Amino acid sequence: MAGVELLSDQGFRIDGRRPHELRKIECRLGVFRQADGSAYIEQGNTKVLAAVYGPHEVRGGRGKALHDKVVVNCQYSMATFSTGERKRRPRGDRKSQEMTMHLQQTFDATILTTLYPRSQIDIFVEVLQADGGNYCASVNAATLALIDAGIPLKDYVCASSAGFVRDTALVDMNHLEESSGGTELIIATLPKSQQIVFLEMNSRLHEDNLSAVMDRAVAGCTDVYNVLDTAVRDHVGETAAAIGGDAA
Amino acid sequence: MLTSKVFIKKTKRGSVMKIVREHYLRDDITCGSRVCGLCEHPKKQQKPPLEENPNNRSSLCKRQHYLLPDTNVVLHQIDVIEDPSVTNVIILQTVLDEVKHRSIPAFKRMKDMLGNPDKHFYTFCNEFNKDTYVEREPGESSNDRNDRAIRQATNWYRQHIRNVDIVLLTNDAENKTKATNAGLQAFTVYDYIKSLKDAGSLVDRLANPLTKVSIQGNKVLFPEHLHLSDIQRGIKSGRYHQGNVLASRENYLEANVSVGGLDKMVFIQGMINLNRAVDGDIVAIEMLPESEWSCPSSLVLVDREERQKEEDDLDENEKEVKNPVPEELRQPTGRVIGIIKRKWRQYCGILQPSLLKEATRHLFIAAEKKIPKIRIETRQAENLTGKRIIVAIDSWPRTSRYPLGHFVRELGNVGEKDTENEVLLLEHDVPHSNFSQAVLNCLPEMPWTITEEDEQKRTNLRHIDICSVDPPGCTDIDDALHCRRLENGNLEVGVHIADVSHFIRPNTPLDNEAASRGTTVYLSDMRIDMVPELLSSNLCSLRSNVDRFAFSVLWEVTDEAELVGKPKFMKSIIHSKASLTYAEAQMKIDDPNQHDTLTESLRNLNKLAKILKRRRIENGALSLASTEVRFYVDSETHDPIDVQVKEIRETNSMVEEFMLLANVTVAQKIKDEFPHCACLRRHPSPPPSNFDPLIKAAKSKGLTVDVSSGKALSDSLDKAQFPGNPFFNTMLRIMTTRCMMQAVYFCSGMLPEDEFVHYGLAAPIYTHYTSPIRRFSDIIVHRLLAASIGADATYPELLDKQKTQMVCNNLNYRHKMAQYAGRASVNLHTQLFFKERVQDEEGYVLFVRKNALQVLIPKYGLEGTLFLNAPEKGAASLFTYDEEENTQTAGDVVFHVFDPVTIQLFIDRSNVQNMKLSVKLVKPVVPGFSVPPAAYKQTTEPPTKKRKK
Repeated sequence: MAGVELLSDQGFRIDGRRPHELRKIECRLGVFRQADGSAYIEQGNTKVLAAVYGPHEVRGGRGKALHDKVVVNCQYSMATFSTGERKRRPRGDRKSQEMTMHLQQTFDATILTTLYPRSQIDIFVEVLQADGGNYCASVNAATLALIDAGIPLKDYVCASSAGFVRDTALVDMNHLEESSGGTELIIATLPKSQQIVFLEMNSRLHEDNLSAVMDRAVAGCTDVYNVLDTAVRDHVGETAAAIGGDAA
Repeated sequence: MLTSKVFIKKTKRGSVMKIVREHYLRDDITCGSRVCGLCEHPKKQQKPPLEENPNNRSSLCKRQHYLLPDTNVVLHQIDVIEDPSVTNVIILQTVLDEVKHRSIPAFKRMKDMLGNPDKHFYTFCNEFNKDTYVEREPGESSNDRNDRAIRQATNWYRQHIRNVDIVLLTNDAENKTKATNAGLQAFTVYDYIKSLKDAGSLVDRLANPLTKVSIQGNKVLFPEHLHLSDIQRGIKSGRYHQGNVLASRENYLEANVSVGGLDKMVFIQGMINLNRAVDGDIVAIEMLPESEWSCPSSLVLVDREERQKEEDDLDENEKEVKNPVPEELRQPTGRVIGIIKRKWRQYCGILQPSLLKEATRHLFIAAEKKIPKIRIETRQAENLTGKRIIVAIDSWPRTSRYPLGHFVRELGNVGEKDTENEVLLLEHDVPHSNFSQAVLNCLPEMPWTITEEDEQKRTNLRHIDICSVDPPGCTDIDDALHCRRLENGNLEVGVHIADVSHFIRPNTPLDNEAASRGTTVYLSDMRIDMVPELLSSNLCSLRSNVDRFAFSVLWEVTDEAELVGKPKFMKSIIHSKASLTYAEAQMKIDDPNQHDTLTESLRNLNKLAKILKRRRIENGALSLASTEVRFYVDSETHDPIDVQVKEIRETNSMVEEFMLLANVTVAQKIKDEFPHCACLRRHPSPPPSNFDPLIKAAKSKGLTVDVSSGKALSDSLDKAQFPGNPFFNTMLRIMTTRCMMQAVYFCSGMLPEDEFVHYGLAAPIYTHYTSPIRRFSDIIVHRLLAASIGADATYPELLDKQKTQMVCNNLNYRHKMAQYAGRASVNLHTQLFFKERVQDEEGYVLFVRKNALQVLIPKYGLEGTLFLNAPEKGAASLFTYDEEENTQTAGDVVFHVFDPVTIQLFIDRSNVQNMKLSVKLVKPVVPGFSVPPAAYKQTTEPPTKKRKK
């Protein structure tokens, strides 16, 4: 934690937020015609694009097909221009592979997979600009894209992160806060049932503080849910109005 | 409530990179004033800090007002701002950030003030407020932007609060004009403070403004400092080096700079080469060509009272520097070319009497010789003569021979014990204020009883015959011992340590206070406790015949002191049967008529201790000597009436041996359980070059000292005997002690394991476990050990290696300072002791210097400096110094290291303000230099009768 003070005595973080405040979220659904569902989300300076194809028949070898549920295929990639220093390869490196796996696990648990046996759903996630919370933004974008594609889900999946600085839990960490070497806990929940779909934590945290950090992250997920839900309802409203207009 | 604004920053990180960071501007930041009805003040605070009726009476601004200082005012005039009469100040976030950037000490003091509710200070986060945030304009320097931000915030306040004025304090003329043009009230600090009705001593506290420096005319004395960017370029290219200035403890004109990457310190000599660097500063240096390398003049700077003409002085220093130095003695020498960071603090000292009575400019002499004199301005010089005062440095312009400073506060009369004690506590940064109410609230309620729950959690060891052995008069007993025969014929040895961690729970005010104090400081006549007295002398102290909580370590050993099985650790309740002094314990052991269990157990312990000690020494542990003295103090006047070197008995080493055993055992245990965050103690082996003085000294007596390993050193010290000088061996050991490195606390996760060793004890791992009442490190070790046996839970900070290391660093600092303070206190008492005496004593030459002999007086364990100056000014010195042989010769008398001498001790009163212990030579007789022996009429013998009273 050399140099920067992540939380001032007055209770402000370096970017002027208070510990419980999310970054500004902006999102749009249906940004591509080509894909079955698509969404774009901005969480502060982290910008992510997600596209969903399917369900369609299993591509690349019949052997992959599952007889009782759908194959969820994810691909996470980061644009070469998304980070401060130019990335060499957009996907396939260790970090992206890990992220792909995590996304796959998350959505395997959320999509009602048994409805589409012997088929496949593709989720493509592209990070356009990275400023912390890449996983969270990817999950949130993919959720919106899945909803746009009309794929049945148990619930929205909302993800948020939380860190622990000066005995205070900070929600929705940005890149500077993430890279200061402290603890980061990443959580994805189903907001209505408050179930945890995914949980990851790096670096050590004393167990006394764990519940505080988790509560803050779950609260963050709920806040994200409210934003996403509003966006979806607005989008559906607009689409319905457009269709209604055509009919008249 | 969120408005977002993105601002763009370009930063260099190797290559040029564009960094985009979000910056949220808010509308919920309150102004912090009680008169304001616009803001929604947060409800959890009782009241916003700024008062309705700020009581600042100034003739410049008649209306009530809040103060709003800019960065430079806060940085340079922090002493004024700290004054209790300055209240109701708004500190902007811009200012706070800048202060933090430029001076950490000032920032810390600022934070303390902000935390003090009586000061009514408020931090206004102007950078996050949507109305006061200003964007940097193209071509605008960041300083200008900050000034504009400060003006913007002032303006906002002016419009926001109508009933109370806002006064901007700035010393920057341009900023002031701009502010006045914008309709703001802006004054310089000088004008404002002078306009206060009750200004008084506040004016003296004002830091010297740079503009007033015309003291020496325009003669430039010092080369200019390089600009920071040039320095950085130079360091990168390897032309310059960066390091910490460590001024010589005896002479502020010489310093060593520790440079990372070089194994030897770089030597810096003379005023010009030092170029205004003061002890502690971080500087950039340039190496001088090898032909100009020099070595410490091994000369102790004599107070140059008589010489007032500074120019003369300067030239002389120059001359001294030019002296050719024999090549083999040369050390890497450099000169300071720029200051990277000043580490100025406040200094204690006295005012030098000025020749002119009415003068307002005076020189201040710091108590430490490594600090140069400081020029200050005061109107109360007459009141301050003969007083100890505190002064801070403000600046050191090129034209001034001395740094400029200002008066901070006075402590009391010189020579009074209370004042002098206060001085040495302050000089050594020892926190010595009374414990705050918050701390006292953490203490258990009296009468304290042992509850049922405690009984169940702890092992009952009340039935064992435990006793403690300590120095006489000790009230904070933190260790007790026992030894008993087991049924299988082996012995069980137990070390019981006061369970302080039971009473000091983590993260309480009590814990924080103890952590910050770090250690109990022992002065000759007082003790500054780390924990409140109720704990240190009562509840934690393992006194006899009461039930006390202890943390026990039990070993099973054979009669040959071989350990059997694993040691056992337990929280226990003990009932000590006796608190003995070392002498009493020794008597019990030696008395053949006593056969009670306690005596038997002491005898067994003693027997085992001897075996342990022998084994330890065989392993290469060093036994070093340092003389400790004890003062016998008059019960009424508290003046010392006799000094004695502390006696060392068998029982001392008996207790020590078991404490060492306990420490090593516990160190191993906590390292195994917590490999990353155990608090340990290491003693690095000194670099071979450290031993040079020792080898040289021994050689002069035809002895060789093998320093290749601890074992070799220990053996050769044992062998080193010199007929006819019974004190020779001890002196050699004292010298060896000086060659050693400092032992330090550290966190096990921060160093590779092979650096854990303790050189002096020849132990692969070591920690402090046995004195939790007086050392905080032991409390941490107790907590770790308690967690490892499941007796207590861990807490976050305990397992965080960075935080543990930070605690360790503080402890190291406090320990060092406590040690220095203890020594300074002994010196002080020595002076008081010799106030009325002139005495002849036997002594030995410990070091030979260019113009002095350092003499050790074993009877009092003190060292005196015997100056070898000519008796009259102007006459040639009688002595010739031989650097090769390390001798001083006068006629047919030659002084070597270790030579016995007889010297006369007395207090030099020639300088009323600064008395000091002086020594004169009695034997061997050097005509024209030595003095006749002191007459026997005088009180040469200590008044023994009085002591027995």
